[in-house]
Amino acid sequence: MTEAASPQDSPARGFLTPEPGRGGLASWIFSTDHKRIGLLYLTCIMTLFAVGVCLGLLMRLKLMTPGNTIIAPQTYNAAFTLHGVIMIFLVVIPSIPASFGNILLPLQLGASDVSFPRLNLFSWWLYVTGALVALVSIFTGSGAPDTGWTFYVPFSERTTTNVSVAVLAVLILGFSSILTGLNFITTIHQQRAPGMSWRRLPLLVWSLYATAWIQVLATPILGITTLLIFSERVLHLGLFDPSRGGDPLLYQHLFWIYSHPAVYIMILPAMGVISEIIPVFAHKKIFGYKMIAFSSLAIAFFGSLVWAHHMFTSGMSDVAVLVFSFLTFIVAVPSAIKVFNWLSTLYKGSISLEPPLLYSLGFILMFSIGGLSGLVQGAAGADIHVHDTYFVVAHFHYVIFGGTGLGMFAAMHFWFPKIFGRMYHRGRAAWAFGIIMVGMNTLYFPMFVMGLEGMPRRYYDYLPQFAHAQFISTVGSWVLALGLLLMFHNLYAGLRRGAPAGPNPWGAATLEWSVASPPPKENFPEPPVVSKGPYDFAPREHHV
Amino acid sequence: MPPDAKHSAPHILSPGLLTAVWGALVCLTGLTIALARLDLGFWNAVAALSIASVKALLVILFFMHLKYENRLLKWLLGLACLVLAIFIGMTFFDLAYRGLGTP
Ligand SMILES: [Cu+2]
Repeated sequence: MTEAASPQDSPARGFLTPEPGRGGLASWIFSTDHKRIGLLYLTCIMTLFAVGVCLGLLMRLKLMTPGNTIIAPQTYNAAFTLHGVIMIFLVVIPSIPASFGNILLPLQLGASDVSFPRLNLFSWWLYVTGALVALVSIFTGSGAPDTGWTFYVPFSERTTTNVSVAVLAVLILGFSSILTGLNFITTIHQQRAPGMSWRRLPLLVWSLYATAWIQVLATPILGITTLLIFSERVLHLGLFDPSRGGDPLLYQHLFWIYSHPAVYIMILPAMGVISEIIPVFAHKKIFGYKMIAFSSLAIAFFGSLVWAHHMFTSGMSDVAVLVFSFLTFIVAVPSAIKVFNWLSTLYKGSISLEPPLLYSLGFILMFSIGGLSGLVQGAAGADIHVHDTYFVVAHFHYVIFGGTGLGMFAAMHFWFPKIFGRMYHRGRAAWAFGIIMVGMNTLYFPMFVMGLEGMPRRYYDYLPQFAHAQFISTVGSWVLALGLLLMFHNLYAGLRRGAPAGPNPWGAATLEWSVASPPPKENFPEPPVVSKGPYDFAPREHHV
Repeated sequence: MPPDAKHSAPHILSPGLLTAVWGALVCLTGLTIALARLDLGFWNAVAALSIASVKALLVILFFMHLKYENRLLKWLLGLACLVLAIFIGMTFFDLAYRGLGTP
């Protein structure tokens, strides 16, 4: 398998086959094929991920030692703002739904495309436009935004940096997300193949469905909020200014009404990916299908009711603090349902420890640490102590990078042979996974400790007592970067020279594995008729 | 389940009905202006928002044909409205209790 494949035995290229009569680039950026659009997203997302990682490495390098080193304080402020804006709005929110969701949703439903293929392409163009506007905001005006990705008032109204353009970028990106959500909801309702009942939907589809509802219902609030910031800066309406009858807390409410559900836009699709991978590599029907599907909807609903747990120290009313703290604890229940069901699926399964399963197990570990640490902040009393400290930074990097990030990597390793028809080097993928796990924990775990000791987030400098932990954390960032390099290199090498993978290398039972790899242009040569569930596996044969 | 199985023929509403809805919208706008001149305190906001909601409902039902669509679509829109009501309600809930119980 490590042998480079000669051109003769290279697999048929399916939807990747160059289109006759259209130039190379044009056949991609004007294609309405959901698989090509998904790959466009994947390319953009991974490119911007690399940018975000570099900004993170730069910050960690600055924080390795106390005092005024390599970058100035204002540059540092711009660096954490850009790191946040790029990672949240351009990488993590579109990550799995826009890339793998686009590629897989019609395939898993047995459809030939999404309901609105042109709207799908338009969403991608909005995404690219938003990314370009974000880029413009860095290099024009009087300096890159320095507010943090949350754009809190009153600072975001008063700072002279280029916040106005940055919030417009967020507005455009929001529209891209809404349209993708709308497309997915319609597709799931309308494009299911005959026999694909709601109870036979793969769990990834269920999670994309729940995600799409959040995208459609919550993202408009983000759009309004960014418009309000823009009009405050340009027209000085005083909406958030108490001296003119406004309310600064209203901004925080509006911002978190979107941005808390947004973390479920980020994590739910990753949970869907894990629910697909675990039964395949345990070679066992998923435990508690209905509860996993239902818990996706429950997370989407209850997740919309907890936003003000970001505001416990803001001066919000005490009654609201109690109510939101209580609701926050409720959201932990459906998340725990999923974790227990995954573990029960593995129990007594016939487990093959392939790279996708490794990344999934990494997801479960990191997400559990991150999720449980979230309860520390959800408790109104404990939150007073850890609010705005490194504890919060550690928490969301465990959840978002350790969760969504590893979920995305798991998806990349699971569907790679399907999308490209070739296999990567599995041993090297396992090594990369190990290095990434060591790096991640070395990077982020010291932040829990520093946070509990009172190290505030977003500070340029720190007291000598934090020097050791900060140093360890920076070393961790290098290990993590090394692991990422190895992983991407391995995938790239597989893309160029990997051995042909065949239609179903893992023995999975969902519909995408029933067609050739890469899938043909119109997905299914014969319209499929579904007669069994997504996790009814054939008896074990011998796989390569 | 073919995608278009339950799709109904396009509805063409009579000019009379459309004019009546338009008339109702104009009247409600007038009512909003009239009520704004009275000082009802807290109830000013309630009245203005209620009238606006009724107007939105009229537009959705008749001008946007929701009245003639299938039940699924009505449920989905109802869900969206419920979520919006929760967002607004819980934000104002904080405001209502603010400043109470703090020494
Ligand atoms: Cu939150």
